[in-house]
Amino acid sequence: MNKQWTAVIRPRNSLLDLRLKEVWRYRDLVRLFVVRDFKTKYKQTVLGPLWFIIQPLFTTVIYNFVFGNIAGLSTDGMPGFLFYMAGNVPWLYFSTCITNTSNTFVSNAAVFGKVYFPRLTTPIATTITAIINFVIQFAMFLIFWVYFFINGAAIHINWVAALTPAFIIQMAILGLGFGIIISSLTTKYRDLQVLVSFGISLWMYATPVIFASSSLSDKTFNLLMLNPMSPIIEMMRYGWLGTGRISFIFWGISWITTFFVLFIGIIMFNKVEKTFMDTV
Amino acid sequence: MEKEKDIAIQINDLKKRYRLGVIGGGTLQGDIQSWWARIRKKEDPNLKIGTKAYSKNETFMALDGLDLTIYKGERLGIIGHNGAGKSTLLKLLSRVTAPTEGEIKIDGRISSMLEVGTGFNGELTGRENIYLNGAILGMTTAEVDSKIEQIIEFSECRKFIDTPVKRYSSGMYVKLAFAVAAHLDSEILIMDEVLAVGDMTFQKKCLNKMSEVSQTEGRTILYVSHNMNTIRQLCDRCIVMDHGKIIFNGGVEEAIGIYLNIAVNDEIEIDYTRKKELFYMHDGGITSSLVRFLNKEDNIFARGEKLMLHLEWKNNIDISDLCFRIEVLTRDRAPIGTAMIYNFYSGKKGEIGRSDFVLDTSMLAPGKYAMTYAFFSKNEFGNNINLDNMKGLNFTIIRSENDILWDKKNWGNVMLNNIELLPANGDR
Repeated sequence: MNKQWTAVIRPRNSLLDLRLKEVWRYRDLVRLFVVRDFKTKYKQTVLGPLWFIIQPLFTTVIYNFVFGNIAGLSTDGMPGFLFYMAGNVPWLYFSTCITNTSNTFVSNAAVFGKVYFPRLTTPIATTITAIINFVIQFAMFLIFWVYFFINGAAIHINWVAALTPAFIIQMAILGLGFGIIISSLTTKYRDLQVLVSFGISLWMYATPVIFASSSLSDKTFNLLMLNPMSPIIEMMRYGWLGTGRISFIFWGISWITTFFVLFIGIIMFNKVEKTFMDTV
Repeated sequence: MEKEKDIAIQINDLKKRYRLGVIGGGTLQGDIQSWWARIRKKEDPNLKIGTKAYSKNETFMALDGLDLTIYKGERLGIIGHNGAGKSTLLKLLSRVTAPTEGEIKIDGRISSMLEVGTGFNGELTGRENIYLNGAILGMTTAEVDSKIEQIIEFSECRKFIDTPVKRYSSGMYVKLAFAVAAHLDSEILIMDEVLAVGDMTFQKKCLNKMSEVSQTEGRTILYVSHNMNTIRQLCDRCIVMDHGKIIFNGGVEEAIGIYLNIAVNDEIEIDYTRKKELFYMHDGGITSSLVRFLNKEDNIFARGEKLMLHLEWKNNIDISDLCFRIEVLTRDRAPIGTAMIYNFYSGKKGEIGRSDFVLDTSMLAPGKYAMTYAFFSKNEFGNNINLDNMKGLNFTIIRSENDILWDKKNWGNVMLNNIELLPANGDR
């Protein structure tokens, strides 16, 4: 009998079947998840959405004090506050993407165990929620930027700043990729969860967030730029403030790394999603 | 020739294996060691000496080679004991987890209600949750838009629809959740005892809605329940599962009969000193010790045959004017009727009591029944004070030759006395 089946459930699917079409079909769900996260996050809190900007503001102040005033690290002649904020805001965004997506399976186990929908919708929604937070934080950065600009700081904005949307999307993809790799592994090994926040804070020191890359030797600089986050942060700062060294080759490598991480992430995620209920 | 029925779900040799005990090494280090050892074809350092890798003993087959074909528009009931594999089957069908072997072919969209209100967020309003829950169950926002009025109407929560659901009563919560699920557009609906919640009227409404969508829209329904009444009302075919296999596939009444036969064993005597789990109350004024049928080798009675019981018990306090009752229930423990005897015994604390009782069964329609016993006393206000209360023996009533074939589903379990014809007399 020849019959068209809507779906065939088998023990495993082809590894390279990314099933992105299905995710697209559930795009309304992604949107509703974002709305839910946004609406519920700051209900019954004192400061509400102010938390969006308190976090980057305070860390920037601390960095400025510790690394700028006490340690006296070079900021390439930029006002320290603006220099640190230009690195800190995108980094914060990236680390939020990773940490929030990395516990997808564990924190959604109750829902995942009861009903099927493409699991990938959850980390994607989380990442999009983070973008919204980031936009607010970035607006804050712009306000300070304008303030310093008017007060005659040596800021040289240039065309690289126009690439900002590309940077944001790349950080989102990279954060999502790493996040879902970690979330796939944490269904079995819970100890990785501890490693995440610890690893991210170490990673920050391998990225030019709190130091200027101009202070590095060529060899160290090249090594640093292999970290996919380094070219992004460096170029973003270069675009808005006009300091630092940029290289489009390294940015290209960074994109390759980004897609590679995402690809591996989706494969691992799809593999785990099928049976994670039995191991979580 | 009749047109072949269209298949909705085809299940071939479906198996699901679970590993027992600790899953995985638990630590990354342990698993890497094992993996490295496998690659070098060496012995796994994490295995205990003498055990073989993936030994059969460590696994458990939740589903063990299941074959099943479900046709479109069918309402299939799935019954079986806890651990028979029902929920595993539904989980595989709804793709919450993947099978170990075998395949399932599906024609049509599936939506599963393994639990109502999955993904409800307490902070969001009823309306927002309808959209969210609908999307989780596979509807687009546009689809929900077109049905939102119906959903709100069905849920009976219109007044509170813009209130956060954390303020809802649990009943309202369930109604709203069910309303969303019931209005899904999918061709196949999977339900796991979702009707066990909500009040009776709403349950009935849900069942009717389910029957309606199945009959008028030709949707297929798979329903798991321990409540035989809902199975009877909703399903038109039934499978009985046991130990991961289908042991019966066919008519609803037959299936229920088979299921209930496995559920109870047909003893003719119960030694309560060894079966403490049968007691509903503990350390009352009386502790029963034994019950058995008198002059019977089995528990099958012809309709109208006297059912004689012998009971023994111990008085924990001084007893005066003891009463006893027999509650007759269906095998799925829905009460049918109760017979009493008042003030038949008095005795001192510590004494052993023995009595024989006769129950008239002539009003019971042929079928399988269960009993519950209670010793009690009546206080001066006429209230019943239980002294002991326990599950009792089961029995079966068979049709006597002259009886009409009793249609239990519509006529019930009680054969009331025959209608009397009044003599013809014009003006009464």
